[in-house]
Amino acid sequence: MSTVRDWAVPNPITENRSGLIGKPVDRYEGRLKVTGTAPFAFEVETPSTPLYGHIVSATIARGRISAIDVSQAASAPGVVLAWSHLDVPVQAQRGAKLNPRSQRGSNPALGSDRVEHYGQSVAFILADTPENARAAEARIRISYEASDADLDFGSFIDSAGPAPGEEDARIGDFEAGYSASEVTVDATWFSPLQNHAQMEPCATTAWWEGDKVVVHTSIQMVKGGQHALAETLGIPSDRVRLLTRYIGGGFGGKGQSYDDLTLAALAARESGRPVRVAYTRRQMFQATVHRPAVQMRVRLGADGSGRLNAMALEAVTHCARNAPFVEHAANFARNLYAAPHRLTGHRLVRLDIPHAGAMRAPGEAPGMMSLECAMDELADRLGMDPIALRIRNEPEVDPDNAKPFSVRQLVRCMQEGAQQFGWDRRNPTPGAVRDGRWYVGMGMATAIRGNFLLPAKAGLRLTGDGLATLTQGMTDIGTGTYTILAQITGETLGLPLDQVRVELGDSEMPPAPGSGGQFGAATAGSAAFETGMVMRRRLAELAAGDPRSPLYGEDPMLMDFANGNIVLGNRSESLAALASRAGPEGVYVEGSISPAADARDWSQHTYGAQFAEVGVDSVTGEVRLRRMFGVFAAGRILNAKLAKSQITGGMIWGVGAALTESNVVDPRYGSFLHQDLGGYLAPVHADIVNLDAVLLDEADDKANPMGIKGVGELGICGSGAAIANAVYNACGVRLRDYPLTPDKVLAALEAKGL
Amino acid sequence: MKPFAFERARDVDHALSLAAAAPGARFLAGGTNLLDLMKLEIEQPDTLIDVGRLPLADISETAGGGLRIGALATNTVVASDPRVRSRYPVLARAILSGASVQLRNKASMGGNLMQRTRCSYFMDPAKPCNKRLPGSGCSAMGGLSQATALFGASEFCAAVSASDMSVALAVLDAEVETVRADGSVRRRPVETLQRLPGDAPQVDTDLAPDELILAVELPPPPSGGQVWRKVRARASYIGALASVAVAGDRVALGAVAARPWRARATEAALAGGAAPREAAEAELVSASGEDARKSLVRRLATDAIQESRKGGRS
Repeated sequence: MSTVRDWAVPNPITENRSGLIGKPVDRYEGRLKVTGTAPFAFEVETPSTPLYGHIVSATIARGRISAIDVSQAASAPGVVLAWSHLDVPVQAQRGAKLNPRSQRGSNPALGSDRVEHYGQSVAFILADTPENARAAEARIRISYEASDADLDFGSFIDSAGPAPGEEDARIGDFEAGYSASEVTVDATWFSPLQNHAQMEPCATTAWWEGDKVVVHTSIQMVKGGQHALAETLGIPSDRVRLLTRYIGGGFGGKGQSYDDLTLAALAARESGRPVRVAYTRRQMFQATVHRPAVQMRVRLGADGSGRLNAMALEAVTHCARNAPFVEHAANFARNLYAAPHRLTGHRLVRLDIPHAGAMRAPGEAPGMMSLECAMDELADRLGMDPIALRIRNEPEVDPDNAKPFSVRQLVRCMQEGAQQFGWDRRNPTPGAVRDGRWYVGMGMATAIRGNFLLPAKAGLRLTGDGLATLTQGMTDIGTGTYTILAQITGETLGLPLDQVRVELGDSEMPPAPGSGGQFGAATAGSAAFETGMVMRRRLAELAAGDPRSPLYGEDPMLMDFANGNIVLGNRSESLAALASRAGPEGVYVEGSISPAADARDWSQHTYGAQFAEVGVDSVTGEVRLRRMFGVFAAGRILNAKLAKSQITGGMIWGVGAALTESNVVDPRYGSFLHQDLGGYLAPVHADIVNLDAVLLDEADDKANPMGIKGVGELGICGSGAAIANAVYNACGVRLRDYPLTPDKVLAALEAKGL
Repeated sequence: MKPFAFERARDVDHALSLAAAAPGARFLAGGTNLLDLMKLEIEQPDTLIDVGRLPLADISETAGGGLRIGALATNTVVASDPRVRSRYPVLARAILSGASVQLRNKASMGGNLMQRTRCSYFMDPAKPCNKRLPGSGCSAMGGLSQATALFGASEFCAAVSASDMSVALAVLDAEVETVRADGSVRRRPVETLQRLPGDAPQVDTDLAPDELILAVELPPPPSGGQVWRKVRARASYIGALASVAVAGDRVALGAVAARPWRARATEAALAGGAAPREAAEAELVSASGEDARKSLVRRLATDAIQESRKGGRS
């Protein structure tokens, strides 16, 4: 097993001789996507004319289907079959695992007469066109026997139970420390239920080749989807080939498979035809997971100089009754600021609503919108600059576990950000700056998000045409994975980018854990790098052992790779020539990465500082972002353009979280109020007029052999808090109930007599 | 989507005869609202009559010094017309705030007036809604939606009109010209084209099934400033929480009723010398609904009237 010391040895990535690492290369699949030529899962070519499935969703929150008749739908124009729980083909029981090593258990569709949430699948129609399948829904007769359902999070917060298997994290004596503090803040924030709202809905195209099913589906984790389907169908996983080549956004919501996958496979088997199934936009809101609402109480106690003595963040969140999930909104606070007395923990409410699940920066995204505003309140109370307060509480070692930081440039992020943003122009007195009818204010917040390395493999083939093809059961969910893996492979082998191919998203390729938790680039990329290094050794040995090579008989350890050649001194030959002599298949190697044995000896995170300037309309309470700027530190950057795109995209998510994004459970029905993008308001271009980010130079040699870290989730962390703090600075109103919509801001302005 | 017949009208008479022959038909222009609703099966016409190619897109001066805008002039063309921009800026601004550029390029003058409410419960086919399914009830009442009517609601429906453009047209005293299959041409104020819900909220307008909008006519603009304000949680592409149009001494409110709402009580108060805030309050005396929404409308109208008096054209 490697240790981080092994990783610190210079390697082709850290040397970066051809400059591919960091280069702002355009996304390989970008043009395909914007010209409509990248086939998404619903659009892939099929071996014969496909049929189209439509899922019918439950319209009660909890109960059972007392009667259902799909026969009229089955005889509707164009319809091939219609299923309810009464006639769907046999599937394994929920959670069952034929293979104990499966990453996911069975997930049957239409598995019983029980309805556990609004929007759950209750019937399925297969037809010759999507229109005929959907039109036949009106012919299905369903009667429900509804049961009492727990739907309103707010009314259960006080009776929330412990999160399963978790205890509060306590250091020192919070209560004593807090009550002994000179200056305190005690306030409660609320972050609402949010939806992922991916551009591409979950969708699958499936067909059978003999006793093996081929499924193209939109999913972030290849193995998880493959195993879930195999277990549901009760077949070995090698009889499921799952492909996911192009994905129109995942954000955590596609970390698992849904009924589109299961029903497409079942219907393809039953009909003997390829089958396409996609959720509608409206179904996506309730048939897939969401970020749960979180109530967060923060208590801070400090001395008169701003030094924190006690800090608590206690979160209450919800999940579906039979699908445990905890939005860990308090975890980040354990590693952020120094304070001797600390308390963090989570409580959970179980509701009869759609499943809660992971959404971009689970935990930090809502969590930082509480603590980072509480820090702003504390600074206000102390008459201190918010940055100075944070610097005063900068820890020397991780305050949670006393481990050294691998690298922590948080203070530099704040200082550089303050300078570039013009923080010194902020008037600390709220409501002091006007621009016509607008109150104008500035706010800042920090960002912290963990970094992870998971085990992964990759395959690499070099062929006689000089082309290196990397294969990996990894996904590119729109982040740029294809592109960065090509950059890593090119730099490792000394090949130009046009001689590198990357093939992803196939369960028959060497496995990688997929995209999520901002571990994708570090994990898949490190596996690609290690595989490239295996290839280098193999090629060097081939050259040294081949009398036809100009490098014959030389020490493989001394050979180098550059410009498509293997080189020693002034002798060289092309990789193409070397590979073509190795046989028609060229040279194929596999490699892998695992976390270092001593990886947990360091505290390892990505960091940032967010700065926002907003206007608040003094007449209407509308909040508009005027400009936003962030400085981030996230290890070595593989592609300046794509990393910045991830970071700014995350910041924009924070804008949505602070100002517009929210869903609400209608307590009469158990459904969400908003089920389309005209009601669930993500920011649009007009909301984001001036937003930019900078990434600091950094390499984290404790992270992985390349010194890179994740950037996919860091940008959202603290972004919303910076905006809320700017709203306070603008108009003197502290709003703790997100999003800060005009009705709430106006009510607060009126309460102040404004 | 339910199967439907598709007919393309050759001329206006053809469109009208098709409509007269097919009760339950809908005219299709830009389709930016109707097609969405058909996909959701909220609208289920048996026949679509495509009027999109009829020669009704001209904008011309009227003898009385006004402007006649053809029913098929796109929102983009109208909002960028120099005559509209210079003489009726409140209209140009209302249209520009109404939708994204892609939608404005498709959406027509007549279609904009015919768009249906965006009430969350109307848009959800699984919920009771008297407008969508008469007699099923109103789930917006007692529901979570903020966008309910302050004026003119009935016990059956509290939905508000989604059109920003119509609010500006109402304040400009614009009229809608229509024609029926029997050849009768009718003109009515834009303000009254859309119905208040009463006991038949499923009927949005007083147009007969065979009645086609030909044009909107604007009289000469009133003297004085013109102001458009639309309040919303994000900066673009979303319906108003409330809107206000001011032109001279006239005031219209948007997103507060099933039709653009001319604030006659406000206008009368202003004519009687009331201060803007008092004048705004005069209209709200008869409003129902939440105090917070009334408060927003009061502040918005007050500010817009004040700005119009500065000669503002914003």
